[in-house]
Amino acid sequence: MRNFINNTPEIPIASHHKPDGTAWSLKEKLWLGLSRQDYKDQFLRNPVNWVLIAIFAIGVPLILQRYFAGLGSITHASDDYPWGLFLGFGLFGMVPLSASGFLLGTTVEIFGRKDFIPIERLALLNGLLGYFFAVVYLEVDLGMPWRLYYPMVVSLGPAAVLFLVAWHVATYLSVQIAEVSSAYFEWIGWLKGKRFIKSIAVGLTISGIILSTLHQGALGALFTYAPGKVHPLWFSANFQWVHFFCSAIFAGLSMVIVASTLCKNHLTWRCDERFLKNVDTLTLGLAKGCALAMITYLVIKLVGVAHDNDWAYLLTGWGQYFLLELGVAVVLPMFMFAYGVKNHKVSLVRWAALISVLGIVWNRLNTSMICFNWRIYQEIPHWKEVWVTITVFALYFIVYRFILYRLPILYQWQDNK
Amino acid sequence: MNKAFNRRGFLQGSLAGAAVATVSLAKPTEASTFEGYPDSIGVLVDLSRCIGCRSCEAACNKEQNLPAPALPFNDFSVFDELLHGQKRRPDETRYTVVNRYEIPGREHPLFRKIQCNHCLEPACLTSCFVNAYTKTPEGAVIYNADVCVGCRTCMVACPFYIPAFRYSSAFHPRIMKCIFCYDTRLTKGKPPACVESCPQEAMTFGRRTDLLEIGRQRIRENAGTYVDHIYGEHEAGGTAWMYISPAPFEQAGFDTTVPKEPILNYVKDFLSIVPMVLTIWPALFAGFHLLATRKEKLEQQKKNEGEV
Repeated sequence: MRNFINNTPEIPIASHHKPDGTAWSLKEKLWLGLSRQDYKDQFLRNPVNWVLIAIFAIGVPLILQRYFAGLGSITHASDDYPWGLFLGFGLFGMVPLSASGFLLGTTVEIFGRKDFIPIERLALLNGLLGYFFAVVYLEVDLGMPWRLYYPMVVSLGPAAVLFLVAWHVATYLSVQIAEVSSAYFEWIGWLKGKRFIKSIAVGLTISGIILSTLHQGALGALFTYAPGKVHPLWFSANFQWVHFFCSAIFAGLSMVIVASTLCKNHLTWRCDERFLKNVDTLTLGLAKGCALAMITYLVIKLVGVAHDNDWAYLLTGWGQYFLLELGVAVVLPMFMFAYGVKNHKVSLVRWAALISVLGIVWNRLNTSMICFNWRIYQEIPHWKEVWVTITVFALYFIVYRFILYRLPILYQWQDNK
Repeated sequence: MNKAFNRRGFLQGSLAGAAVATVSLAKPTEASTFEGYPDSIGVLVDLSRCIGCRSCEAACNKEQNLPAPALPFNDFSVFDELLHGQKRRPDETRYTVVNRYEIPGREHPLFRKIQCNHCLEPACLTSCFVNAYTKTPEGAVIYNADVCVGCRTCMVACPFYIPAFRYSSAFHPRIMKCIFCYDTRLTKGKPPACVESCPQEAMTFGRRTDLLEIGRQRIRENAGTYVDHIYGEHEAGGTAWMYISPAPFEQAGFDTTVPKEPILNYVKDFLSIVPMVLTIWPALFAGFHLLATRKEKLEQQKKNEGEV
């Protein structure tokens, strides 16, 4: 892409009109202003795409196998571990990483921190896609994916926690689509739509906070149905939802730091001056939020241990594993964040964000699979299950990149008055 | 204009919140005073009488039209089967299994029949978001495959590891679980097929309240023979199927760490915060918004006045 940009002055597209005054057609916008041949060249030149092709070459047949031969053909079909990687990683891992949308929405729209605007849209998009792909993972995992809408219209079980998750994720997805749509409206040049979204932004954001609080918490509360199965150190009937909600805060913020770092380094051509100039300062701002959320989380984790009097478990092997998780995934990045903010070490903060993103996935896998059924045996996922999980994630990556290439997320649309 | 819209938005939000709150709380409140259906039926299993003949397994397989097993029902090598170090459990091909347990200090092994215990307040039912499960007044916990989405939360929630999933089918997957022979027998006043098939009368079929009496009597009259506990009287808030055993229950493969209250009790803490968040958050965050943007508003106002 870089070569093309150096050779052709009119790309990357950032306005409705070419320098000579003629308008870009939608088709040209979709092809990034490149000819088919050029587009193909830039696609094939990128080594990342070759990795993606390799993942899909094996992953797509496996997904077909899942839909035509049943879940049992690509997983271990365990009745003791009903939830495997698709939910353990795809739902319980992706959703906290997508808390970014409501967090930055709140910061900008509710708290009036306009200085975070350059990174707000990236956070909103990250949220939307994370949720969308959590639903995609769910569609891989559900026994009858064609009945996804049943809890909405066919048969309602409103007293169940999952009912809350289903409704809130569905509503929140629509809220997020509305929030991100203003970028799309700019891109296609429909300003009326953009103005309408702007007029309801505060309402959208507040409903986003409510829905996020509840379903991030509800994902934790799902495990309160299994008091004897989840290890006591990862289980708290009273605080499970707070643990999940609070950890989603630093997970979401860290994910924005990771995504913005990737964009800044590997998608530089698409970022505008405003984004590149502000991203370092904003990263430190997000890091401050992470550090605060982490210390809060640490304290309520300890409160959870104290409330259920689980201290004795800390001396067992499980206890050491628990302390290892807290140490590596929370305490370490927390100090890195705090030190980085204090001494303006942006790259340290970025590493901390990466650790914290992986750490939160680790925590969710611990709760849903590793420390689940701790009294019986450990289920190791089938390699096909792992591969399908990676394939869906690769699809997420592609869609994410596709949108970043085009919509004004990392840059400002030029003529939108 | 903008302000008016927002206020209305919050009002609508709170109303919707109150509505959802009423709906989501209705069930747990009701459940907290529910002590089970008065004349519900149960089964009392006496471990000291079971000889491990597997007749019940065969009868269940026939009654429920389940697939033929890999080994015939008179093959007793299945008692040595281990998967991940675990003895056999109900799965998509069998609603009930009998396992053998060598008890230290006892001459003969004990046999334990496993099937759905038909809880009074079933975790599978309370965790199901499409209401696929029903606790019938007779005492059976039945399942409706027509509305099931296949999320498998019931399997996570069941403290006894009973519901199994038909993973082998791509187009007709469903939960597979003992339904107390509800449609074919229980509604006609007949005991389930497994109970009827037992040559040892190891299982007693009757009203749950009567069974508790019988169990206590048997424990009392055969002093020292039985452990003084009826498994299922309080486990998971009480179950329709209950057990008495001559050896400590954990030695016969029972999970004695199962909570002595309904699983739903562990979830209520979260359910009760839902209406609070729905109603308090809008006001709280609208307040934050007004506070945070006040200065900006004032400046805007000043500027406008200056222009006029």
